[in-house]
Amino acid sequence: MTDSGAAPREEAGRPPVAAMSWRDVVFESFAGMFARPGRMLLTVLGTTIGLAALVATLGLSQTASQQIIGRFDELAATEITVSSLPAAEGQPSNALPWDAGRRLERLNGVVSAGTLSAVDVGGRLVRGSPIDDPRSRAAFKITVQAASPSLFTAVRARVASGRLLDGGHSLRGDQVAVLGPNAAEQLGVGRLDGLRSIAVGDDVFLVIGVLDGVERKHDLLSSVIIPEGTARALYRLPAPEAVVVETRIGAASMLSRQVPLALRPDAADGLKVASPEQPQQVRAGIQSDLDLLFLMLGGVSLLVGAIGIANVTLVSVMERTGEIGLRRAMGATRRHIATQFLLESATMGAVGGVLGASAGMLVVVGVAFYQTWTPVIGPWIPLLAPVVGGATGLLAGLYPALRAAGLEPVEALRAGT
Amino acid sequence: MTGWSSGSTPGRGPGADVPPLVHLEKVSRSFGADVPVRALREVDFEVASGERVSVVGASGSGKTTLLNIIGCLDRQTSGRYWIDGVDVAALTDRGRAGLRSREIGFVFQSFHLLSYRSVLENVMLAEVYGGRERSGRAERALAALDAVGIADRADALPTRLSGGQRQRVAIARAIVGRPRILLCDEPTGNLDSATTASILELLGSLYDDGLTIIVITHDAGVAAWAERKVRITDGQIQDTA
Repeated sequence: MTDSGAAPREEAGRPPVAAMSWRDVVFESFAGMFARPGRMLLTVLGTTIGLAALVATLGLSQTASQQIIGRFDELAATEITVSSLPAAEGQPSNALPWDAGRRLERLNGVVSAGTLSAVDVGGRLVRGSPIDDPRSRAAFKITVQAASPSLFTAVRARVASGRLLDGGHSLRGDQVAVLGPNAAEQLGVGRLDGLRSIAVGDDVFLVIGVLDGVERKHDLLSSVIIPEGTARALYRLPAPEAVVVETRIGAASMLSRQVPLALRPDAADGLKVASPEQPQQVRAGIQSDLDLLFLMLGGVSLLVGAIGIANVTLVSVMERTGEIGLRRAMGATRRHIATQFLLESATMGAVGGVLGASAGMLVVVGVAFYQTWTPVIGPWIPLLAPVVGGATGLLAGLYPALRAAGLEPVEALRAGT
Repeated sequence: MTGWSSGSTPGRGPGADVPPLVHLEKVSRSFGADVPVRALREVDFEVASGERVSVVGASGSGKTTLLNIIGCLDRQTSGRYWIDGVDVAALTDRGRAGLRSREIGFVFQSFHLLSYRSVLENVMLAEVYGGRERSGRAERALAALDAVGIADRADALPTRLSGGQRQRVAIARAIVGRPRILLCDEPTGNLDSATTASILELLGSLYDDGLTIIVITHDAGVAAWAERKVRITDGQIQDTA
């Protein structure tokens, strides 16, 4: 092909060579596409659907992960967990005070704070039924935890049935318990229509509530939770193990410096203040997992679109065998034919990319609107979609184009007669 | 006279003192590998520049195969072939395509017009692969259509034309690039006798302008139109008259 429209210079004694300007290549490709508008629309539709699916899945991935990450960030940024470090030998204990929750709730920026301790029940098993039935397993090794009433607020606990512990239970040392949903299921405790009791070893507890879920300290879901006062009386709990603090957004950093002083002004260095997880890594992990999942879904959609293009282009080549023969008879080289068909399929792919990107964006915005989310989509996605569409069209058109180019002129003319 | 010149220097027959424009020497063409069918058997054939030759023969005699080889649409299995002294067998695909685009015009029995392009665009298509300038392409195509007497239908689609009109468009497309050789494969095979006569008259005027014309035909009338008639039987040239 020549870049100019001028005929190639013929050297003396040499035969002329076939040449075609780029403008002619583009014109012939477009003319070929518009020769069968219905076929062109179907081909473009295949790519449009593929690219729309790709853009929509990537956009939804970004939007959904932003929602999840935002939620995670909000939780992570408003949580402080305080625990005591082991005291050096000969030094006074670094134990947390029993009124840790009340102390911290006086601080500006604290929403709620509650103490939580794993209770050493001496290896006793927990039973859901007072009757010991030898035919079925009725006793389980379940974690028993002691909690202050305000802990349930700090971990954002939701109640499925019954009620939560209160300060009176702790003060009186009542033998009552709240069950995490997993523990309740294991012990066969469903709805609390009547009085239900469980036994930790020989100590019987009245089940007053079953949790539906918590947003922090997920080990509570599989635990039996009893009042701190009861744990102190029955199992000699020496001190709270940890304080869970929910803060206002933006206050965690400042409070993490104030909390040790508020709890133990005499031994602030003996307390450990920590965030539960490492937000950066978890955020990256969530984003990566979602991206991979949605990219795979989009890739499959795109593959389906590419197969559609390849199929329609192949049919087009077969339909236009006579035309290919005629063009070859008029001087088209194999390269001219291949270029024309490749340009056709790449153009249709690119057009499908533009339409698909638009449709995909609409889907993302529509879903986000319905879910009251903020639609998030990388600017490179809609910009890159036509390029991906064009490349898909190019790859999909490769085999049909090579097949068209491989036709001998005489065979093509005969087949197209 | 159409006033349409190929721009060549006609030799006017084999006796002229110029080398042949088309020269085949012991050209054979076989099809199939296991039991080859020999469509052409060591054919020796020459056509001088400006000559008007008809090739006649029964179906399957090898006349279309001969035309395909002369038109560089097919390759011979053995033998040698020159166009104006250029060894065609030694040419690349691009070189052969170049010969087709610049030196040879084709007229087919079934016209081979693109149904979705106008008459003018069909004729202009012939110049696309010759690398000629785009400017003036429409004017040259219109001149070719005028030469074959159908310029008034330039904007029509081929599907709106009669058989004779379509063949005129095909002839205009074949001559617009000013080739030196016009190869016609049963050009009147799909036409009635009156239209056949008008097409032959048109071809005659192109011949008068110096175009070398080789016509493949079943039709004795068309064969008689040529100044030299070649009969081909079972892939071999039997006689010339």
